[in-house]
Amino acid sequence: MGQRITVKNLEAWYGPGAERTLKSINIEIPANQVTAIIGPSGCGKSTFVRCLNRMHDTLPGARVSGEILLEGQNIYDQDPVQLRKTVGMVFQKPNPFPSMSIYENVVAGLRLTGVRNKEKLMSTAEKSLKMAALWDEVSGRLNYSGMSLSGGQQQRLCIARALAVEPSVLLMDEPASALDPIATLRIEELIMELKKEYTIVIVTHNMQQAARIADTTAFFLNGELIEYGPTSEIFTNPMDKRTEDYITGRFG
Amino acid sequence: MINKSRKVKNTVMMSLFVISTILALVPLFGVLGYVVLNGIGALDFDFFTNLPKPLGVVGGGMANAIVGTLIIITIASIIGIPVGILAAIYLTEYDRTSWLSTAVRFTTDVLTGIPSIIIGIVVYTTIILRTKQFSAISGGIALAIIMVPLVIRSTEEMLKLVPHTIREAAYALGIPKWRAIINVVLPTAAKGILTGAMLGVARVSGETAPLLFTAFGNNYWAKSLNEPIAALPLQIYQYAISPYEDWHRQAWAGSLVLILLVMVLTISARLIFRTRKG
Ligand SMILES: Nc1ncnc2c1ncn2[C@@H]1O[C@H](COP(=O)(O)OP(=O)(O)O)[C@@H](O)[C@H]1O
Ligand SMILES: [Mg+2]
Repeated sequence: MGQRITVKNLEAWYGPGAERTLKSINIEIPANQVTAIIGPSGCGKSTFVRCLNRMHDTLPGARVSGEILLEGQNIYDQDPVQLRKTVGMVFQKPNPFPSMSIYENVVAGLRLTGVRNKEKLMSTAEKSLKMAALWDEVSGRLNYSGMSLSGGQQQRLCIARALAVEPSVLLMDEPASALDPIATLRIEELIMELKKEYTIVIVTHNMQQAARIADTTAFFLNGELIEYGPTSEIFTNPMDKRTEDYITGRFG
Repeated sequence: MINKSRKVKNTVMMSLFVISTILALVPLFGVLGYVVLNGIGALDFDFFTNLPKPLGVVGGGMANAIVGTLIIITIASIIGIPVGILAAIYLTEYDRTSWLSTAVRFTTDVLTGIPSIIIGIVVYTTIILRTKQFSAISGGIALAIIMVPLVIRSTEEMLKLVPHTIREAAYALGIPKWRAIINVVLPTAAKGILTGAMLGVARVSGETAPLLFTAFGNNYWAKSLNEPIAALPLQIYQYAISPYEDWHRQAWAGSLVLILLVMVLTISARLIFRTRKG
């Protein structure tokens, strides 16, 4: 099941003397919904989602303040390595492990954290590939290199790999921006399917995409959360002038 | 007019390039050809299976030196390759900027430029003088010291080629860092690392100077790793400076075997690297 995320006064820096990249973000991300993060390039979308699985504060020199609660538990009190099993992530560019087969890629998160049971691994691989809508295309060649797949397939492989560790939250940072329209459509359909079981936070620079798949949308600008609400509201009746300017294409 | 002078310049430069290339190739093929020509005659079955014959007796071979070289190289690899790879992992994956890694990098560069005879003397004074025993082990250690900086450097380069996104993908799955390094980063760079290691082995297998005071050489089979042991470069040296015609022939044959050994190592290293995208 998905989990709810509560962000309180989140601020983020990339270095000791650097400017604030995120400025006092407060947001409630509901469970089992798709939340889209939109905003112009460089406004802090990636930084924000990378705070949610603590990829940000493990960079040398980087720092955060504030709180992020996952079902009420502050993630900054938790072990980041453990946390990432609950909060999975899919990156902008498909990044399968080059040395591994399709099967090994999917079960990497289990095998490399100590799961040995062959049947469990195989059944998880099948289940995850099916959820990622890739099973039919690869079931006959699980031993092929993950790099032998097309870009769209590679991205679905990465989604399957993230699902295999059974997270409750899935972060996706522009997961379709490197893909062609048909592959993009497949990923979008997949996301609609996945939200039944996961809380999904998706960064996108594509506003049509946000409008198609997101239940709620958050608009970021210069490290600030400008507006946040039901997607239909944000797109048809924005409260802030800056949101309106952005979605009508006046900047960004 | 202008056109013509440009053509002349072009031709002159072109000829210079071609001549220089030929000049560079002449010694290479000269050496190879000379060694093959002189060595092939003495290269018979006995050469690979027999011990050296006593002074004045014609025939015999370099079986002990060939095996000795393989043993010393193996010892050097067992020590040098893991140390080099692990140090490179530390430098690239854990600590790119501290004073320790800066110091290691600097030492590595300096060590690469130190004449190998100095390494031999250092091993001689620190190990041989203490154990009072020339040995295969000390020869292997001397060669390992030469090998380590080469392996560190090549491994570092290969690890740096692994994209950061691959490491992040592993961390994002809740895989601990050490696991990510061993099971994701290293296998991704494996072929390059192996290639670098083999070139390192090839590089030290012809070293002579450091073996003079460590392995020392032996006209018989060494019975343990703790006594003087024969090695191809040493045997070649000893035979080449002798006044005997038959020994000269054998020195050429030994040189040919040594060159072949280095070539096999180098070429297989290149082949491994070539199959990168397998
Ligand atoms: N590794 C980094 N080091 C320093 N600054 C960074 C780093 N990554 C991003 N930034 C800066 O932080 C700001 C937000 O970047 P990012 O979160 O990637 O924006 P977005 O994903 O919305 O395009 C930008 O100004 C960017 O230059
Ligand atoms: Mg981004």
